[in-house]
Amino acid sequence: MPEPHKPPTPPQRAAGGVGTSPVRPDATAKVNGAFEYASDLRADRMLWGHTVRSPHPRARILGVDTAAAEAIPGVAAVLTHADVPAAKHYGLIESDQPVLAADGTHYQGEPVALVAAEDLETARLAAESVKVDYEVLEPRCDPRRAVELGEVFRHQPVRIGDPDLTEPAVVVTREYVVGMQDQAPLGPESGLAVPSPDGGVELRVATQWLHSDLDQIAPCLGLEPDMVRITMAGIGGAFGAREDLSVQIHMAMLALKTGRPVKMMYDRAESFLGHVHRHPARMRYEHGADAEGRLLYVKAEIVLDGGAYASTTDAVVANAASLAVGPYEVEHVAVDVWGAITDNPPCGAMRGFGGVQTCFAYESQMDALADELGISPVEIRRRNAVSQGSKLITGQLIDAPAPLADMLGRFTAMPVPAIAAERDAADLPGGFGNTTRGEGVVRGVGYGVGLKNICYSEGFDDYSTARVRLELVDGEPVAFVHTAAAEVGQGHQTLQAQIARTELGVERVELLPADTSVGSAGSSSASRQSYMTGGAVKAACEAVRELWTERDLADGPIEAVREFRHRETKPMDPVTGQGDSHVQMALCVHRATVDVDVELGLVKVVELTAVQDVGTILNPVALEGQIHGGSAQGLGLAVMEELVMDEGRVRNASFTDYLIPTILDMPPMRLDILENADPAAPYGLRGAGEPPTLSATPAIVAAIRDATGLPLTRVPVRPEHLVGTP
Amino acid sequence: MRLELTLLVDGEAVTAVLDRPGESLLRTLRERLGRTGAKNACEQGECGSCTVLLDGEAVVSCLVATAQCEGREVRTVAGAVPGEVREAFAACGAVQCGFCTPGLLVSVADLLGRNPDPADAEIREALAGNLCRCTGYEKIIEAVHRAATARTAENTHTGAPGTRPLPPSPSPEKDPTLPHGCDSVMTEGRT
Ligand code: FES
Ligand code: FES
Repeated sequence: MPEPHKPPTPPQRAAGGVGTSPVRPDATAKVNGAFEYASDLRADRMLWGHTVRSPHPRARILGVDTAAAEAIPGVAAVLTHADVPAAKHYGLIESDQPVLAADGTHYQGEPVALVAAEDLETARLAAESVKVDYEVLEPRCDPRRAVELGEVFRHQPVRIGDPDLTEPAVVVTREYVVGMQDQAPLGPESGLAVPSPDGGVELRVATQWLHSDLDQIAPCLGLEPDMVRITMAGIGGAFGAREDLSVQIHMAMLALKTGRPVKMMYDRAESFLGHVHRHPARMRYEHGADAEGRLLYVKAEIVLDGGAYASTTDAVVANAASLAVGPYEVEHVAVDVWGAITDNPPCGAMRGFGGVQTCFAYESQMDALADELGISPVEIRRRNAVSQGSKLITGQLIDAPAPLADMLGRFTAMPVPAIAAERDAADLPGGFGNTTRGEGVVRGVGYGVGLKNICYSEGFDDYSTARVRLELVDGEPVAFVHTAAAEVGQGHQTLQAQIARTELGVERVELLPADTSVGSAGSSSASRQSYMTGGAVKAACEAVRELWTERDLADGPIEAVREFRHRETKPMDPVTGQGDSHVQMALCVHRATVDVDVELGLVKVVELTAVQDVGTILNPVALEGQIHGGSAQGLGLAVMEELVMDEGRVRNASFTDYLIPTILDMPPMRLDILENADPAAPYGLRGAGEPPTLSATPAIVAAIRDATGLPLTRVPVRPEHLVGTP
Repeated sequence: MRLELTLLVDGEAVTAVLDRPGESLLRTLRERLGRTGAKNACEQGECGSCTVLLDGEAVVSCLVATAQCEGREVRTVAGAVPGEVREAFAACGAVQCGFCTPGLLVSVADLLGRNPDPADAEIREALAGNLCRCTGYEKIIEAVHRAATARTAENTHTGAPGTRPLPPSPSPEKDPTLPHGCDSVMTEGRT
């Protein structure tokens, strides 16, 4: 008679449990090329879908003639606005985006019609043959003009004290610009829709939030939610780009119309037009400080370009407003943030979500103040740093560790790299492409601090669901974990298994595919999945463990479902911006060292060191990967990445012209990771994926300023900004 | 137009029937031959996700016309990459979303075939054509070093001469609790 399996006494230091770095469950398939991404999906009798998009940022649609397209052999369906089965609009927060444009288009690339055909080439050909009669109109592309006209998705002020009553010794006023950044995940938007015999549809798609997709898709198809079954397909990165719908409703419409499976897949150019971007920003900041550099007041006017449709602009505005001064104490604040409505591409979620733009501005301001006062950039930040017990400008108390002063101090133990006595040509800015011997190369060092809210804010009912079943398989207890959380690459599945091992003392954990047959997990965004779905898996495991103490596992499986919620939050007051709107705050500090060739306008980042407080380290390797990757995207915004807009048109929708960092652009990255646990969070963790994306950008630009003495108030910094040739 | 040709893909002779002359090798592999190991992040020769070995040479398959490949040998991630390289990528956390991984692995196999123990700068130069949006490349460099060490040890052990061609060795065992091979910066003090 074997020993009955006993529930463990937590916490377990389980092999492969919390705090370790087990190999990700999908690693083997990924390194063997066998992992099935959304773009790899196939089905028998499959058709290819394709989207007809408006070439005009703003136009009236006078008519759509599908006859020529329909006449092409191999074309199975051509659909327009009139074919949208039920609700004609969808959206994440507000249903304002047409499934297919009806009488007008409001951004370049807006979907107008759909085609399904036997193969991709025929589908593309047919899409070109759809004749849309446009009356082209002048696009409205100036977000500041939109604000003047009151055309905004949201205006959020923050007011505390009265800046005009202070008596500053020094005032710095600057205007900052942040260009439009793209998430550029490598996996293209893609999915497969298969009509089911009951009149419903099965979707396989790479998305960040299955249940939100379902809530938007079903009403447009006119189907009950249980007739639309969505399973996660392999995701090739996300970074916010898969938060909004792309192919979902379109391929479902084509599948339902033709009765055949339909695959859709964007190419890179279409991908750049087919998902939202990071909001470009224009920001006017005024900081006043006393003679010691202590902040007396901050005034800021921040215009974010929301583009044509609402997407998540509402929440991005709230973040920009509540985080507008960064992790610094200040008693007098007048901040206004607007999310403008224009005929530019819709902007929405991207890693850092409203925190990135303001971080570039407030950190640049701190450096400007330090400059005026002749104190060091570290010192000015230390003098104003928040800590546990400080208040955000929303009045919210920081009630968990926020050891910014300590974090800033850590850099003294990590000296900046020395300049090599003999420079290799490869080490020059521009690498082997540098045509000089480095005569014009100057070095600079800069710092950046980012403060990011973790989880959803402002009263949103943010929860995640986990189902955990423990059962004996071949006499061994195995935990089956089922959630709808999106594994976008961050390693969340690894963490789910780690938690199950720690809580249940099992070795084997099976992860069920994420789908809509289990409750919502919320989105893989806002650095929230470790906290939220991690919390849900932990709670479900605890419940299973509890039941396990009462009976023998040999009598049958034990299962529990738990919903996990973080603490309640409040909306920001519409006039004063006050309110406990956030769940958790996270800090990251970067130091960058750069070499700038002032003759050629080239920058090489030679050092990028991060100090981040993560509460508790749950998986060292995955965590480091998040900080490295987040820093790389911050570097991209600092010196490379911008979707160039020209009267509403994207000028560089390709990897030839939209440059993301290569392995040559990235310096070695040192990390110093602090663990000051947040008692309110599962295991004391603090969300970690976004903060480094905030702080890397201002640190790099500060280093370039330090090297060149140029003001540099716009990112990305381009060669012409460095050599003075516009 | 109908073109029938034979390719040797990952050691297997396969026949592809093309009805378009300009079709890329990437398309043929993915859509006609069902071999989706090579990825399609740009189809413009900019990202390296589609990298394969064509007669032993690393190429971006989206820029190669299949029509020029009659009788030639194509190795994708499934046939080009030694087990140590795959194991190192899995163990070091060099894989996040993994979309860049198959192409990167082929480039790494190509590099290690030429240079069994590359320095950081040589790794950076060799992998400059492979974009990764997730990792910031740090763990990738670590993985290449680990793979190089493992291969050198293996070659010393078996006394295998030279390093080319690289026969694929078995994939890493699927063991989720496999102790981590690449130390994190915290435990290693690599900072
Ligand atoms: S898909 Fe071939 S280089 Fe990008
Ligand atoms: S791991 Fe996602 S692109 Fe490299």
